[in-house]
Amino acid sequence: MEGLNYIGAGLIVIGAAVGIGRIGGSAMDAIARQPEASGKIQTAMLIAAALIEGIGFAALFAA
Amino acid sequence: MRRDFLIKKITFLLFLVSLVSMGQHHGDAHAQHDTHKTEESDSSLKVEIKEFINHHLQDSHDFGLFSYEDDHGKEHHVGFSLPVILFDSETGLNVFSSSKFHHGATVAENNGSHYKLYHGKIYKTDAQGTITYDDHHHAVNAKPIDFSITKNVVFIFVVGVLMFLIFTRMAKNYKTSVLPKGFGRLLEPIILYVRDDIAIPNIGHKKYKNYMSYLLTVFFFVWIVNLLGLTPVGINVTNNIAVTLSLALITYLLTTFTANKNYWGHIFWMPGVPTPMKILLIPIELLGTIIKPFSLMIRLYANITAGHIVLMSIIGMMFIFKNWIGSPLSFGLAFALSLLELLVAALQAYIFTMLSALYFGSAVEEHGDH
Repeated sequence: MEGLNYIGAGLIVIGAAVGIGRIGGSAMDAIARQPEASGKIQTAMLIAAALIEGIGFAALFAA
Repeated sequence: MRRDFLIKKITFLLFLVSLVSMGQHHGDAHAQHDTHKTEESDSSLKVEIKEFINHHLQDSHDFGLFSYEDDHGKEHHVGFSLPVILFDSETGLNVFSSSKFHHGATVAENNGSHYKLYHGKIYKTDAQGTITYDDHHHAVNAKPIDFSITKNVVFIFVVGVLMFLIFTRMAKNYKTSVLPKGFGRLLEPIILYVRDDIAIPNIGHKKYKNYMSYLLTVFFFVWIVNLLGLTPVGINVTNNIAVTLSLALITYLLTTFTANKNYWGHIFWMPGVPTPMKILLIPIELLGTIIKPFSLMIRLYANITAGHIVLMSIIGMMFIFKNWIGSPLSFGLAFALSLLELLVAALQAYIFTMLSALYFGSAVEEHGDH
């Protein structure tokens, strides 16, 4: 049972990576569709990525 | 022209290779010398690297630049000691120099009480420096309250003075001309960026001026501290959770004390939802106000700590491999990662400022704004 927290940590990292990857991909799509709004999209992307990252780190510390 | 460039490139590469091979010879000689105890030294090297990384991440009571062992196996520390300020419930205030600890080797005596440095923390001991442990090998000695000027505190002072000098000079310059001079030319676009792209869109035209001083300070403080943490002197302040806690706490207090009635209305009596839901939402919203600065604290701390651990582990791999493929590979990786860390240093400063601005914006939002 000792190693379970490491498996949990691995799952968290996978989840966070998938989440941030999807955000990045969607932002790319949005910028390609509307290049003139790229500034706003980037800001929103960074905030969303930061929030997910924060949850990921918090869970990692708990693990 | 092109040929010149190529020749220069090739000489540079040759130079690099010769450097690497010199290191290689040295390593070989070393390896032959220790063949009989390779297995043992291998694991001790790993332990040493691990200890070194831990030591790097920790705050310390003396300003050590580097340490080495001479031919007689004696350890030398290069650096200077810092003042130790302790508050003890029995003897009151104790102030002495950290050189009395001799890097944890001896017991420091001051005003009749004895202190010992153990794993970076100061414990009260008897004259022999005995430390008693509990079952989990934790020290159970009494701990005085530690107000020492540690390495991190010195570094915060240095960054504070640096920022004060740079920005007062820049501000003075605007009295005589509209154009910035010297270093200010680099900083002006960044300051304008913080104002136009972080403060105004998130806080709004009316109130953004009240928060500009804090946002600029926190942005440049985090950025400069992160950048200087990457230099070889490398005292990293933002991987101390107490520092990020104080930064997040300032954001929290500013949000709480400048908030208008709409902000509190949204927390205690959420408009537009049925009454039972309103009561349910109160604890969630209250918890949310604390989670926001908490995530600010964890994010900055974890990002910088994780970056430093990975970077130092990769540098440490160089000493484990000691061969033609591994060492250049770890050098290249460390170089690439350092560049990434430069980006992270700026990005974390940006995100901290951005989210702070977002929280301030939600605190001062008026009804008509959304």
